[in-house]
Amino acid sequence: MMWLLFIYFATVSIVAGVLTVALRNAVYCALALLTLLLHVAGLFVLLNAEFLFAVQIIVYAGAILILYLFVLMLMNLKTEEQHLHKKYAFLLFAGTGVFGELLILLLQSPYDGAVGTATPDVILQTGPSHAIGITMFSDYLLLFEVIGIFLLGAVIGAIVLAKTPAKADPQDPAHIPMP
Amino acid sequence: MIPLSAYVALSAILFMTGLVGVLIRRNFIVVLMSVEIMLNAANINLVAFSHYLHSMAGQMAALFIIAVAAAEAAVGLAMIIVVFRGKMATNVDQINILKW
Repeated sequence: MMWLLFIYFATVSIVAGVLTVALRNAVYCALALLTLLLHVAGLFVLLNAEFLFAVQIIVYAGAILILYLFVLMLMNLKTEEQHLHKKYAFLLFAGTGVFGELLILLLQSPYDGAVGTATPDVILQTGPSHAIGITMFSDYLLLFEVIGIFLLGAVIGAIVLAKTPAKADPQDPAHIPMP
Repeated sequence: MIPLSAYVALSAILFMTGLVGVLIRRNFIVVLMSVEIMLNAANINLVAFSHYLHSMAGQMAALFIIAVAAAEAAVGLAMIIVVFRGKMATNVDQINILKW
């Protein structure tokens, strides 16, 4: 059963990823990306990461993708004749070559290391969300604060960037015209 | 029981899909979407290792990656809107004013 679910999620993820890259219309690309994100969330459930599953659906599929769709709808782009780069065959070849080497290296690796204490039994005693909350607010508290400041900076930067520039007013001496 | 290498192979495939998308697409918005695919591939890898090595560190890193992806999407799309307002283009090969 686990294998069946894994194969389903993995296959649909890969197909949706390829469609995201290959489709001509950008709105269809965004919808293929939505499929990819939802199936990656399913993989998180298989890996006992229920909290990340919820975050993936709420933040990625709910917020980030809506942002992309908003911008796409706002721009109202025409579908282009040529949506790929002119020399895309070379780039595809290079990408496939790098991927082959990466896969060979990965499949030769032994994948062992120091095993931690958070075994599934320990996590299931209190629940995955409790475990991740305890970890987030003890070991990773500083990083959590840093990410808060970072998001604040990103939001302010996005607002400042996307703001409509003010009309230059020659009557106002304090006004500095934007270049 | 699914071996860890299956997850790692899946994440490698998704990562290369995203990388090829960044290289070959001309629309800037789809380039940003390909970056999201790459970040998702990294997330799968981190959560899989977190599960198989019994540690919460991977899940925390995946959470922070999601936060960084949100910030990246906000700032990147704001930049696209600014460029589109000036040039009416979202093709990466038309946005070359910083090229030397």
